[in-house]
Amino acid sequence: MNSGIDLQGIFIKSLTDFGIPSGAAKALWLPLPMFLMIIGATVGVLVTVWLERKISAAAQQRIGPEYMGPFGVLAPVADGIKLVFKEDTVPAKTDGILFTLGPILVVIPVFLSYLIVPFGQNLVITDIGMGVFLWIAFSSIAPIGLLMSGYASNNKYSLLGGLRAAAQSISYEIPLSLSVIAVAMMSNSLSTIDIVDQQSSLGIFSWNIWRQPLGFLIFWICALAECERLPFDLPEAEEELVAGYQTEYSGMKFALFYLGSYVNLVLSALIFAVLYLGGWNFPVPIEKLASWIGVSETNSWLQIITASLGIGMTVLKAYFLVFLAVLVRWTVPRVRIDQLLNLGWKFLLPVGLANLLLTAALKLAFPVAFGG
Amino acid sequence: MNLAEGVQIVSFGLLSLMMIGAALGVVLLANIVYSAFLLGGVFISIAGLYILLNADFVAAAQILIYVGAVNVLILFAIMLVNKRQDFAPLPNAWVRQGATALVCAGLFVLLGTMVLATPWSTTKVVGAVPAQSSIVTIGEHFFTDYLLPFELASVLLLIAMIGAIILARREYLPEQTISPEKPQQPALTLPERPKELLIAGSDKKA
Repeated sequence: MNSGIDLQGIFIKSLTDFGIPSGAAKALWLPLPMFLMIIGATVGVLVTVWLERKISAAAQQRIGPEYMGPFGVLAPVADGIKLVFKEDTVPAKTDGILFTLGPILVVIPVFLSYLIVPFGQNLVITDIGMGVFLWIAFSSIAPIGLLMSGYASNNKYSLLGGLRAAAQSISYEIPLSLSVIAVAMMSNSLSTIDIVDQQSSLGIFSWNIWRQPLGFLIFWICALAECERLPFDLPEAEEELVAGYQTEYSGMKFALFYLGSYVNLVLSALIFAVLYLGGWNFPVPIEKLASWIGVSETNSWLQIITASLGIGMTVLKAYFLVFLAVLVRWTVPRVRIDQLLNLGWKFLLPVGLANLLLTAALKLAFPVAFGG
Repeated sequence: MNLAEGVQIVSFGLLSLMMIGAALGVVLLANIVYSAFLLGGVFISIAGLYILLNADFVAAAQILIYVGAVNVLILFAIMLVNKRQDFAPLPNAWVRQGATALVCAGLFVLLGTMVLATPWSTTKVVGAVPAQSSIVTIGEHFFTDYLLPFELASVLLLIAMIGAIILARREYLPEQTISPEKPQQPALTLPERPKELLIAGSDKKA
């Protein structure tokens, strides 16, 4: 592995040149990528909200937000500012502490999961060996926050919504994990970097989506259910439950739920891109192109181009999936709760198990194509 | 002391405080819902301690299984049951409390002597980063020297799962239809609707 441009090294060295001790310089570096990632995630949410409004308008033959900035791009910003300045009401008979803690518990694990999302070979906060497993573990915390806010609201609809959200989240986590295990088995690793590397040899033809045709469908259905997107948005089904666990919330606490659900959607799309669409890889392997032209791998210009292409490709793939999710939301009706649970337990779980078994068999039979 | 060691000591202190505080809350609070939520806090603090011990996989598994599954199911059970029953004071409650205290004290003494008697080798591993990822090491152990316990545990889990499915599938007969003249149920079975009836009943409903 060539070192290439070492941003961390340059940053720490320039700070130590100013006379700051190296320990302090390292401590100053540490939060930087995390802040960058949080800001990136938040901007991603704003873009997603704008996309949602524009695409839903197009699906219903409306124009959508138009006058707030060019093409209405400032509409989500206005939404956010409105929610920040709104009065933060806590209804009289709620359980104050749990009422506040619930949305926080929902949002924090989602943001923490961005630790493992890679945008390039070295453009990731931490390359830990557990990668996607950590994401699954973090996403299992969210139901506690939902149950907490449902209980603390002291409202029948909220409690029902919280219970539904937790039941849905638990049910769909199992097929989700099974489809992730199949991918991890093919790449012999849980690390997101290794999973992408294993798909990088032949450009678009080596992406996992061709080798996991069942797996990616299961993954995407379960990811939609985990994000509580329509057609699986039963916890907040407005005809039945007002707004589910969000009923009593307003102001910043509601904004946290809102933010959390969209961050979760973008995160799921990013993980889908990493697991099945080759992550930061260009459809044509860029290193091979460079070697054909005769550019050295350590050339700094090539590295900058590769890095920006990598970020661009990851975001592009993720937003394509977000687009699909929005399109599904505005075209498909909501399922019933029993249909939802039947789909999860009686269909996706056996199919996921069969997919895992098939992947294992294919891996033994054709170790060349399925990562021996 | 460098940055990493300082962070380790501070986070160890914080996690221990969090864990002990939350555990005391689980035991002492009167509201069972608070206890259940605090139990989640205990599990998360334990996961943090595992991370400090370089056991990253165990930490993530702890969060996934204990926080994501066990604690959520406990909360489910509490919120679905919703039994508002006043606590009736028991006669001679001190006997039970004394016995509990005795058992707990005994466990504490046993664990304390174990901690003191074990020769902990703290100097050897400081700064040693494991050569391969912990998942690989755990997997190797599972399929070589710990194969039997691993398989036994999976069989145990399978038994528990089948038992849960059987319990959940059973359709009870309503109380009044079980007439006293009916032949005694064979041992180890529960009153249950016969299979043919069940199918006919579901047909009628549909």
